[in-house]
Amino acid sequence: MQEIIKTNERLPFMRFRGIMGIISIILVVASIASLSVNKLNFGLDFTGGTLLEVGFEKPADLSRVRSALDNKGFGDAVVQNYGTQEDILIRLEPREGVKAEQLGTDILDSLRAEFEQTVEMRRIEFVGPNVGDEFIEQGGLAMLTALICILLYIAMRFEWRLAVGAVAALAHDVILTLGLFSILQLEFDLTVMAALLAVIGYSINDTVVVCDRIRETFRKFAKLTPIQTVNRALTDTLSRTLVTSLTTILVLLTLFFLGGPLIHGFATALLFGVVIGTYSSIYIASTVALAFGVSRDDLMPTEVEKEGADQDPLP
Amino acid sequence: MLNKYPLWKNLLVIFIVLVAALYALPNIYGEDPAVQVSANRNATIDTSTMDRVKSSLENVGIQAKSIALEEEQLLVRLNSDDEQLKARETILDSLGDNYIVALNLAPATPEWLKSVGAQPMKLGLDLRGGVHFLMEIDMDEAVRKIVDGMKDTIRTELREERIRYSAVRVDDTTVEVELRTDEAYAEAASYLDGRYQGYNLVEDEENRLLQLQMSDQKLAETRDYAVSQNITIMRNRVNELGVAEPVIQRQGSNRIVVELPGVQDTARAKEILGATATLEFRMVDSENDVRDAVNGRVPFGSELMPMRDGPQQLLKEDVILTGDHIVNAGVGYDEYNRPQVNITLDGAGGNKMSMATKDHVGQPMATVFIEYKATDERDEEGNLQFTKNAEVINVATIQSRLGSSFRITGVGANEAQNLALLLRAGALIAPIQIVEERTVGPSLGQQNIDSGTQAIFWGFVLVLAFMVVYYKKFGLVANTALAANLILIIGVMSMIPGATLTLPGMAGIVLTVGMAVDANVLIFERIREEIKAKRSPQQAIHHGYDSALSTIADANVTTLIAALILFAIGNGPIKGFAITLAIGIITSMFTAIVGTRAIVNSVWGGKKLSKLPI
Repeated sequence: MQEIIKTNERLPFMRFRGIMGIISIILVVASIASLSVNKLNFGLDFTGGTLLEVGFEKPADLSRVRSALDNKGFGDAVVQNYGTQEDILIRLEPREGVKAEQLGTDILDSLRAEFEQTVEMRRIEFVGPNVGDEFIEQGGLAMLTALICILLYIAMRFEWRLAVGAVAALAHDVILTLGLFSILQLEFDLTVMAALLAVIGYSINDTVVVCDRIRETFRKFAKLTPIQTVNRALTDTLSRTLVTSLTTILVLLTLFFLGGPLIHGFATALLFGVVIGTYSSIYIASTVALAFGVSRDDLMPTEVEKEGADQDPLP
Repeated sequence: MLNKYPLWKNLLVIFIVLVAALYALPNIYGEDPAVQVSANRNATIDTSTMDRVKSSLENVGIQAKSIALEEEQLLVRLNSDDEQLKARETILDSLGDNYIVALNLAPATPEWLKSVGAQPMKLGLDLRGGVHFLMEIDMDEAVRKIVDGMKDTIRTELREERIRYSAVRVDDTTVEVELRTDEAYAEAASYLDGRYQGYNLVEDEENRLLQLQMSDQKLAETRDYAVSQNITIMRNRVNELGVAEPVIQRQGSNRIVVELPGVQDTARAKEILGATATLEFRMVDSENDVRDAVNGRVPFGSELMPMRDGPQQLLKEDVILTGDHIVNAGVGYDEYNRPQVNITLDGAGGNKMSMATKDHVGQPMATVFIEYKATDERDEEGNLQFTKNAEVINVATIQSRLGSSFRITGVGANEAQNLALLLRAGALIAPIQIVEERTVGPSLGQQNIDSGTQAIFWGFVLVLAFMVVYYKKFGLVANTALAANLILIIGVMSMIPGATLTLPGMAGIVLTVGMAVDANVLIFERIREEIKAKRSPQQAIHHGYDSALSTIADANVTTLIAALILFAIGNGPIKGFAITLAIGIITSMFTAIVGTRAIVNSVWGGKKLSKLPI
């Protein structure tokens, strides 16, 4: 039998819960601080504007591209390489009074004139400023709805202390992932938003498994203290937690390296989210539940009251 | 104890996987470059069209792979991309303007698969290349136009009734009429009361003010109409482009989505979608002979104009009215149930029409449709050249002096429908603006497919390898389930008509591959625990599956909630991710729980064992 960790002993997870709690609080505070100071580097989907990806035959000279665009009145254009030396990405702020559908073509034409080689249009994206605002609104709303729906489901299936623990773990993962994007100023676009919702799904999945086992262990072993119970449950599920995280991380790594630049942000958010989600399902959910004083009595199956049980039997 | 599935359960598992495999199969056949011919307007497609296409292609030495007549469309499959372009030009030349000839990629699904309704997955624009537009209609402008028209109408009618007013003005969706005297007020109130459908009269006797408020229903109708009219126009223009499988859809209350998959020349597409069409009413020059004009003697003040499906017409150069005065046009029926086109003009248009027609009763009037079509030529600055394309779409005799609403009779039912549509198209009541554009070039699309496929393949291989190393023979069982899961996802995606595979969708499949083993990991870890607790192998299998079940269900339901919310709010590519994720969750529950159990039962479940290879 091959195992990642020999689990004959119960690992004393909860001994470190204080220190882990402090680390988590620091990270969450740092994330929130960064989010309020640096904000998120919102991508085109949210800010509005125009984006062009063009492919050159030979490695493109960025400064020449910039000056060519400057001459045509696109001085505000941000030009950078994208994936390879031949590919460049051009971003423009939203502008008034210009037909959006014309802008991409204009830029392409001016590049073709300047470089006298085949400049291939690979992608044009234009998002109107109002649409961008709507995406932010929709995204935030989706995130909230997801959290509330999951909270309701968990509260229905589990005892409230575990539910609060699970949602705390969830919020922890989302805030930290957002924090990462804010600190590193990675671009936050719609695919990252989707990844974040997938992180929510994954993190809760992981946490549910752990909570399930905590409940089961409470019911099975009456003599253990709550801390011992949690330790035992975490040890029992550790192998599964690590194996699933490992397979998920494996596929995310292939996505990160092979999925192409379009999917990079998506893979980054999920990779980070899964690592954090694995940690939080071990430490956050259980620590919070313990802090709220979860005990065996709370988790015993509710007895079905028999109708008329409180009445005297008929003579 | 022994673990055994009844025969029917095993057969059911096999059956489901086989069906999914059957429907997933078309995806491996790829696509043929093809040219798709459909009829425009009044032309039809039949076997004679097919023969014409065939012979014209043979003349230029193109050997088509197949030519088939399907659902009023002609599909010509070709052997290479070069031939495709050449074939399109050839067919366009030989058939002429009445046909739409579009480049397409036709799935090379074999007949026997097609006969069971199996089709490959639809690819999203990010994989296939193409243009996605989100257009927004200026609703305020649409409503304003209608209310303005109403204002003109009321002015005209009050004047005709000789009711003296001091002002008629527009306030938002209300037309206010201010009267000079109490008598005039009373007269106007009784005249206007209930006269206009969709407007409510509010009386203010003290200030001698009458307010006609547009009812909510009328407001909603106006908005609806603005959207459907714009959709009609977009559809006409997209037809002009010759795009196979375009999507033109309403989104929300005031937006239209236009998706043109596989369009290569995106600049041209944008220009054509942004082009305009107008309409003119003109008198027919019946004093001079058309035949003389055709022979070159066009009288001064008249011009020759082609007529759709008819001989050339000689029209006066003076334009009675242009299409922007048309408020509405629809098909109706007279008392003998003959089709007619009912046209409503705004106030100013009604005046012009009435002035122009009062001396021409009994004479023919022509309706001219003018489109600006893009040619394939460009000027020095690289801008597309547009040609003005005018044609007479209808000639009708004026029966009486016309006002702000009149009708055109003597048309067939189909013609009436077309005419009404064209009349509406000529009068764009609400301006439209592109608020979102996503254009993906064909090379990037292919690159996205390649990287997506690579990621799925290697992710799959890595997980398979890990599972075998870690769980031995049980790992093989999980791997079989994983492969079945992949087939099920692709099969279900191909079966659902609305599901589209996008790049994030492919990422969703990759993610599902990683997460789908979770259920098996849960089960196998349980079995290992049971073995450690000194249960017999058969009991370990039984309890392992049983106790992991509720955990698996809980964990998957929560992920499913996230996927459903993503689906509800996401745009195209994100929706694609949500779809594959949701399908993947459901199919993985089936393969990981029922599928692996079937295998485990039939391999290890039926015999006495002392050890399990886990």
